[in-house]
Amino acid sequence: MSIEVRHVSKHFGSFGALCDVSLKVETGELVALLGPSGSGKTTLLRIIAGLEVPDSGAGQIFLNDQDVTRRQAGARRVGFVFQHYALFRHMTVFENVAFGLRVIARKRRLPETGIREKVRALLQLVQLDWLADRYPAQLSGGQRQRIALARALAIEPQVLLLDEPFGSLDAKTRQELRRWLRRLHSELKVTSILVTHDQEEALEVASRVVLTNAGRIEQIGTPEEVFHHPANEFVMNFVGYVNIFHGRVEGNKAFLGPLEIEYSDDQDTGAARSARGLVRPYDLEIETRANGKKGFPATIGHIHVAGPQVRIDLTADSGETVHVDLSHERFRLLNLVVGQHVFVSPREINVYVDTQKA
Amino acid sequence: MVGETATFEEPRPTGIFRGQSRERDRVTTEPALVRYILTFAAIVFLVLFLLIPLVVVFAAAFEKGWQVYVAALKDHYTLSAIRLTLWTAAIVVPLNVVFGVAASWAIAKFRFVGKSILTTLIDLPFAVSPVVAGLIFVLMLGKNGYLGSWLEAHHLRIIFAVPGIVIVTIFVTFPFVARELIPLMQAQGTEEEEAAISLGAGGWKTFWRITLPNIKWGLLYGVILCNARAMGEFGAVSVVSGHIRGLTSTMPLQVENYYNEMNLSAAFAVSSLLAMLALVTLVLKRLAEWRFREELHDVEGEGEGRPAYEY
Repeated sequence: MSIEVRHVSKHFGSFGALCDVSLKVETGELVALLGPSGSGKTTLLRIIAGLEVPDSGAGQIFLNDQDVTRRQAGARRVGFVFQHYALFRHMTVFENVAFGLRVIARKRRLPETGIREKVRALLQLVQLDWLADRYPAQLSGGQRQRIALARALAIEPQVLLLDEPFGSLDAKTRQELRRWLRRLHSELKVTSILVTHDQEEALEVASRVVLTNAGRIEQIGTPEEVFHHPANEFVMNFVGYVNIFHGRVEGNKAFLGPLEIEYSDDQDTGAARSARGLVRPYDLEIETRANGKKGFPATIGHIHVAGPQVRIDLTADSGETVHVDLSHERFRLLNLVVGQHVFVSPREINVYVDTQKA
Repeated sequence: MVGETATFEEPRPTGIFRGQSRERDRVTTEPALVRYILTFAAIVFLVLFLLIPLVVVFAAAFEKGWQVYVAALKDHYTLSAIRLTLWTAAIVVPLNVVFGVAASWAIAKFRFVGKSILTTLIDLPFAVSPVVAGLIFVLMLGKNGYLGSWLEAHHLRIIFAVPGIVIVTIFVTFPFVARELIPLMQAQGTEEEEAAISLGAGGWKTFWRITLPNIKWGLLYGVILCNARAMGEFGAVSVVSGHIRGLTSTMPLQVENYYNEMNLSAAFAVSSLLAMLALVTLVLKRLAEWRFREELHDVEGEGEGRPAYEY
């Protein structure tokens, strides 16, 4: 069941939450909507679910190639998992999951035994059948989230929409549930959209990532594409960590903080334009001596060894703070200590130039 | 009295009179002498102004013995006053429940223009003196009022008749249910309703299966308060009723009638009924409050730092 959003806009008063957004999710995909708070990702998800209506005349929603723009939320067969679970607090876990099955029109409703079997099966699917008689208040956050998922799956949804599903859980539970969701999705193959502001979560779980910012889509691509080939400065800055060097482009040179590199583009008018150079922490090299490379001198402020890589915080002689990731091997080889004066050089730098003059 | 529910006081530290068992007590508490004086003052005040009058009501009612008390209650006028009071409450309370639920539903769950005006208007009956409330309706519906001639032409009698009593009582007890429900529904938010709707429940099913069960204790609390006021209202009813005994005298008005006739034992007999109503109300209110607090507590437990939802 595919999901298609065509030219959707949504305003809340004068605030433009979505500006002419189009997106297509193919059958069986798990797509992550990734963006900072206020970027419009939750609004987009709610519009797909029918919980929010696009500005009048602005946009259409298709589920499985059918125009559902005017269809009520309940008639869209969309499973929605809410950020704060939204479990029915006065019902047991069992009744929560059974709710969608019980409110169906009588002639399409399963008999009571059928409902019981189905709820049992769903609770087994989320591995919580032993909690059937508890109330939501008696469950942990992770358990509540899984019940919310079972409840959404009960109506055999065409698509599954998850709004920050792991947002209010602790880091460890979040990781476990992330992997579990990945497995569940490959088992059920239901077309899913996941909203998150956590780039790690998006890159790990989704088959494609949609980056949203200020009501627009900045890039759509596989996790690898958005990470290694960011379409623009926003994407590069939002996905993964970066060092930013502010400066300007003048002639065929870029002066970015302590760096001076060759740069040319077809916008060149000879006048200075303000620019920023973005470098991933692992694309910075540390040398103990300046040996001819385009680098800058800096002093090591802190060394963080507990992790898959060694993270080194430095202060450039010109004042900027810089983060560098080194492999443990390389770190041992260089024999670095706090306070040491070293030279830092970028292996790869992405330069983004403003169109207006500096 | 009504604002209370939103600001439940913390459970009192148990250590105050049992030695300084907890660190916190030592910081927040006063020297023993001050504590005893304050407590004593509060108790004296309560006894003087609340307990003694209550006892006096019952004492005066039974002063001339059981027979007189029972006879006063069996009196034709007393019985008709009781009947009228019960009828009024039976009409007013359900109407205000419907109104209160509808208004708080609208205010808590939807965005619309004029919401703050509606919220303020709901409180109007609390701000207006009941006598003024009565006069407003006399002015509108009375013989010389704006709608008076039209009503007379259609042989509709509202002022100095039962409909007038019902109308002013609705006006006066208007805010009780809504006031309890608005903060509760606002705290609960709309996520559960949205979940129900996305699972295929229609508006009606969502209301009966999700919204109503979530607010039932708050609603009951409002109903109890609304009922107590509907039965006890004097000022506004007095203005519009005309004090026609046997016809338009409610219990509080009948107390006044007996009192003016110097029939004190009858006045206190009816008063004792109203006092008992008050006691029953207090007990019910207390019970509902416990459950209501749980309802509110459930929300608070889940809602730590919960945003309204992010755009």
